[in-house]
Amino acid sequence: MSELLLELKNVTKQFKGGTVALDNISFSIDANNPSIIAVAGESGSGKTTLGLMSLGFLEPSAGRIKYKGKDLSKLNSQERTEFRKEVQAVFQDPFAVYNPFYKVDHIMEVPIANFKMASNKKEAREMMEQALISVGLRPEETLGRFPHQMSGGQRQRMALARALLLRPRLLIADEPVSMVDASLRATILEALDKLNKEFGITVLYITHDLTTAYHVSDYILILYRGSIMEAGDVESIIRNPQHPYTQLLIGSIPWPDLDRIWGEDIAVIDIEEDHSEASRVGCKFAGRCPHVMDKCKVAPPPLYWPDDNNRVASCYLFDNKEVLPGEDVGTLFRSKKVAVSR
Amino acid sequence: MSRDVVLDINDLDVQYYTDAGIVYANNKINLKLRAGERLGLVGESGSGKSTLALAILGMIKPPGGIAGGEILLSGRDITKLTEEETRQVRGREISMIPQGAMNSLNPVMRVNDQIIDSMIDHELGLSKADMLQMAGDALEAVELDRSVGHMYPHELSGGMKQRACIAIAISMKPKVIIADEPTSALDVVTQRQVMQTIRHIQEEMGAAVILIGHDMGLMAQFVDRLAVMYAGQMAEIAPKEGAFRTPMHPYTQMLIDSLPRLGAKGVFHGIPGITPLLRDLPPGCVFNPRCPQAFGPCQETVPQFLEHRPNQWVACHLYESEPARS
Repeated sequence: MSELLLELKNVTKQFKGGTVALDNISFSIDANNPSIIAVAGESGSGKTTLGLMSLGFLEPSAGRIKYKGKDLSKLNSQERTEFRKEVQAVFQDPFAVYNPFYKVDHIMEVPIANFKMASNKKEAREMMEQALISVGLRPEETLGRFPHQMSGGQRQRMALARALLLRPRLLIADEPVSMVDASLRATILEALDKLNKEFGITVLYITHDLTTAYHVSDYILILYRGSIMEAGDVESIIRNPQHPYTQLLIGSIPWPDLDRIWGEDIAVIDIEEDHSEASRVGCKFAGRCPHVMDKCKVAPPPLYWPDDNNRVASCYLFDNKEVLPGEDVGTLFRSKKVAVSR
Repeated sequence: MSRDVVLDINDLDVQYYTDAGIVYANNKINLKLRAGERLGLVGESGSGKSTLALAILGMIKPPGGIAGGEILLSGRDITKLTEEETRQVRGREISMIPQGAMNSLNPVMRVNDQIIDSMIDHELGLSKADMLQMAGDALEAVELDRSVGHMYPHELSGGMKQRACIAIAISMKPKVIIADEPTSALDVVTQRQVMQTIRHIQEEMGAAVILIGHDMGLMAQFVDRLAVMYAGQMAEIAPKEGAFRTPMHPYTQMLIDSLPRLGAKGVFHGIPGITPLLRDLPPGCVFNPRCPQAFGPCQETVPQFLEHRPNQWVACHLYESEPARS
């Protein structure tokens, strides 16, 4: 049994004012099996909260988050430094992460100094150049510049290079392409893919964009109002969604393809939001679901295996199937393209 | 396609005069928009698409200005109007659906009051009851309940707020609606519903829509024609079919090629290089430094914007050896 890098056990996050951002999520990451895992959902689904909690920026209201088997809030300073180095982040806004008064080199110099990664300036410079080349940037075109002299795509790739510098085992990328021009998005996704394949870094790709999620990731986790709707192999889920919510989500994507008609295969009750009592105690999607049954309004459905071993769906439509043991969807994300044995 | 041309833009130049030099935000833009048509306007940030929208709305402010060309709205050049005349056109004949619905509504005014606000300003000569009637109709047109008019923005969801913004934009039945990324703040499910609403009312009113954005998927599913801007210039205007299946301009080709599709998973094609600064444009074709097909004349002469295939207008030297149609 391989050691788990990060483990979320029955984690719930309730903010002041009562908003439940995450509701009883169990999800572990085994970094020995580097893959790209997309966390997808609409705004308010809890995807960013999941990222922030995995980074240790937010504490769970209930449940536990463990790093290498130890509670995240109980790490000693040495373990904490190690956690900070091994779990890295790239955020949405490629403008806000830079201080406009410093040259862009600054965001790379600081971690090198903090983690004492280089013994002299020359070595530090070499590390920075290597990291930049790895994400497809030319050091002579980037180092020594100010943030405003670089495009959003370049800045975002530089943020990736900074993360790469520390040789993390897990990279949490929260909407890394949503503020970058469409024509430059591909370069960032390419860099993410390279980080995963060449450096063996597990990437948690948090996004609302299912199109890029499909292209870059191996696995996907669909969140809706703090609960997991469907999780597993990205190919199975995007091409053949089983949960009614995933079906609605995927049917709503406007594909840049003239042969697909927008929303032609949607059979879901078209209401935008639902805050009924039923969807608070039962399945979160009950109020909008065309297949809703009485039991959906009573208790949230467990994660069933709807068809094969590649994914699970939290939906009573599959209550004649087996339930995912241990609730941890992370077990589905272990071996790339190999069915998980039950 | 024999419907009336409602908007006819000819050789429009918009420039901003800054300390660092003149910024050529729009360069010799030519565009015709017919009644009932849906046109997509795409381009990277800084390509001049928002400037073009502002110019159509008569909202270019100093240090910017319209340096040349004309914008004909039903035959009348609206670049020559006084400020007061422009105000009468804006909202009534040309209106705008803003990008961030969250920030576009007044938080301390009821929705109805915000809808009739511009009606009062336009001195339609209607009684308040008539205007409230029109506001209610506008809300119903965007699939909201009339009672939403009595609510404040904070009582509405994101999708409802965006619908309320659309209601304001269509309340006086304009001929041209400019929608600047109207759904970029919404999730895919709500996005589809809001875009369907825009389509229904636009078809019902026979208004022309210019959809600005860079979501090519949305363009493929919503527009009839696509206009592609690059560095302040029009690179290509083509019917949707032509733009997506047989793009002509190398920039359009690369843009279409960079799109994620359901097949070919994990294949990415970015467009290498960065857009030039609008105050320091390269000589010749503005795209030549990034163009993989650049040749002799590209670095020297600016290509003309010509109709190289039926209804497909392109500014590219690759096709200039072919006999042009116009």
